[in-house]
Amino acid sequence: MDDATSAGVERRRLDDAPVRVVSARASLTTRLRNLSSRRELLTSLITSDIRIKYKGSALGLFWSMLSPALTLATYFLVFSVFLKNGIPNFVIYLFSGLIVWNMFQNAVSSATGVIVDRAGLVKKVSFPREILALANVGAAIIYFLIQLSVLGIFLLIIGHQPAWGFLWILPISFAALYLFTASVAIVMSAVTVYLRDMRHLMDVLLQLWFWLTPVVYSYENSLAGSLHRHGLASLYFLNPITLIVLTFQRIFYANTTVHSTIAAGKILKILPTWPMSTYFYMNLGLLAIMGVLFLVAVTIFGRLEGNFESEL
Amino acid sequence: MTTIIDVENVSKQFKIHHERHQSLKERLLHPKSGSTELFDALSDINFKVSDGETVGILGHNGSGKSTLLKCICGVLKPTSGEIRLRGSLAALLELGAGFQHELSGRDNVYLYGAMLGFSRKMIDGIFDDIVAFSELDHFIDTQVKFYSSGMYVRLAFAVAVNVNPDILVVDEVLAVGDERFQAKCIDRIRTFQEEGRSILLVTHNADTVRAICDRAIVLNGGKLIADGEVQDSLRIFREYLLGSAVEHDRTGVQANISIDAVTTPSGSFEVRNGAGMNFDVEITSESAYSGNFVMEVFTRSGLLVSRSDAQGAPVNLTPGHNRVSVGLAQIPLLDGVYDINVGVVDHHGSTVIAWREKAASIQVIYDGREGGIVELSPSIRQQ
Repeated sequence: MDDATSAGVERRRLDDAPVRVVSARASLTTRLRNLSSRRELLTSLITSDIRIKYKGSALGLFWSMLSPALTLATYFLVFSVFLKNGIPNFVIYLFSGLIVWNMFQNAVSSATGVIVDRAGLVKKVSFPREILALANVGAAIIYFLIQLSVLGIFLLIIGHQPAWGFLWILPISFAALYLFTASVAIVMSAVTVYLRDMRHLMDVLLQLWFWLTPVVYSYENSLAGSLHRHGLASLYFLNPITLIVLTFQRIFYANTTVHSTIAAGKILKILPTWPMSTYFYMNLGLLAIMGVLFLVAVTIFGRLEGNFESEL
Repeated sequence: MTTIIDVENVSKQFKIHHERHQSLKERLLHPKSGSTELFDALSDINFKVSDGETVGILGHNGSGKSTLLKCICGVLKPTSGEIRLRGSLAALLELGAGFQHELSGRDNVYLYGAMLGFSRKMIDGIFDDIVAFSELDHFIDTQVKFYSSGMYVRLAFAVAVNVNPDILVVDEVLAVGDERFQAKCIDRIRTFQEEGRSILLVTHNADTVRAICDRAIVLNGGKLIADGEVQDSLRIFREYLLGSAVEHDRTGVQANISIDAVTTPSGSFEVRNGAGMNFDVEITSESAYSGNFVMEVFTRSGLLVSRSDAQGAPVNLTPGHNRVSVGLAQIPLLDGVYDINVGVVDHHGSTVIAWREKAASIQVIYDGREGGIVELSPSIRQQ
């Protein structure tokens, strides 16, 4: 008996340990609390994702730097020599939008099938399942940061100044991008469990979506005029990535004056001529909307999650 | 005693798809077809586990025991009802389910630990213990895909027991690994119990339950049919094993019968293959009872070799001491040790009145060259 009591003293008391409840439906706050309590798992999953991707390759993570650098070099060559489209420094314009798009696309296309692919884990180990999709988003963020530094180095090399005054808007814009990407990733990962076609459909949708986003072309130059005439401009901005891409382009591409240029005797508009406050308020508004969207996404996931075991 | 697991009115229904339409085209073309049926995997389960208890969950395949365990671990959500848990929980539903084959053993320890909900810092502190327990010192930096299944399981088990959870949930994993590692696992579980932690163990091996558990729960068809002392629960589990589908009222059986001993006239339980054997079973009964005598022979690995006809051996027990003698005319078994279970069942052969597991073990000696359990002596001729 003595042994038992001394062992009992060493162990922490369970009387006041928090009670966890497993029941049919968890409230949104419980879901969010569970998610945030498993941050360690999220980091573990992200690092293991990246490790697996570069396992056995000699250059490892360096590849993820080399490949955007080569892309950038190719674009530089192509657009400054073969395909001059009148936008000066087009490669910076292109790349500052492309890193935003790449992050969204990488995350969403890998998260779409993640629950189906890791069914063995989902059926055997208990953890908030959203984390699987969020880990894919996390890995996409790592690649995003690498591409961002490639862009930074490139700007340094060619001596192009970003719009320093706008730089502080970047975190807001990025937070909105993160929340939007995470929301889409979470919902798609759950929907794919029920509709396996989503994976293929998503590939097609992402292509279409890419062209609805002003990454390769200039919104002001090619679309703004006609959209305004038909009153469709606001429709174009329903795509949350548009504003984020424009913000990134404003920050990295356009230093103080370049909103337009004169090409072949015509004024060529490149970026919207909004003042800084417009960028700020629009991004702030977007961030708020994306915050709500994220909560909706977690709720939808919670509803869909209940029947995973019959579908996987 | 603090209640650390409280299962309250838990039911779980599964949807069974008869025709699966998972592609968009199929769903559009056949919006209505693909009938689903609801299947009650668990219905209205209630029980509690107190701090420091080791509880066995017994049941046949399909009885709902794994579903119940998954609900407790939070892998499945119950359709209705609630499960309240206190303290940390580590579950071994399938050893190594969280392992990433491309990663090294070391990386997987951290990843698996994170999946069980333990921090990196905590795993740092016990990493050496984990490696020592798993005996994988030389292979810890090898990718897991090169591990043998035994190594795989050892690593997973080592993580789960070394994170020192308050509740350990184990699903029939003790049957893996070599005998020495199994003994090590059992040892570890005993240490666990001594430390006053709780264990929930799912199995259909009665011996494991008897060896480890303080209490046992029996599930059948998704319903909880027994919750109590190991001996009582095992007896009820046995009844269902004997194939009774008939609902019966146990209160009608008052006979208090116990099986005291199994003896042989010579005192030896050794027998040569092909020879006969007799043994006596000593039974004490409080009151007169008419029923049937049943005998089972198992191999050491738990394979049923033979069960006697539960309706074909009537015994009339008188109050006091009784002796039943069993004669085996010729034993066709090959060499090995066989365990004998004996029991008394009612005259339908369905309700167990008294049961004794491993009442005796016989050692069979065989000189021939056949392999397996039974000697068939086939005559083989080329035509």
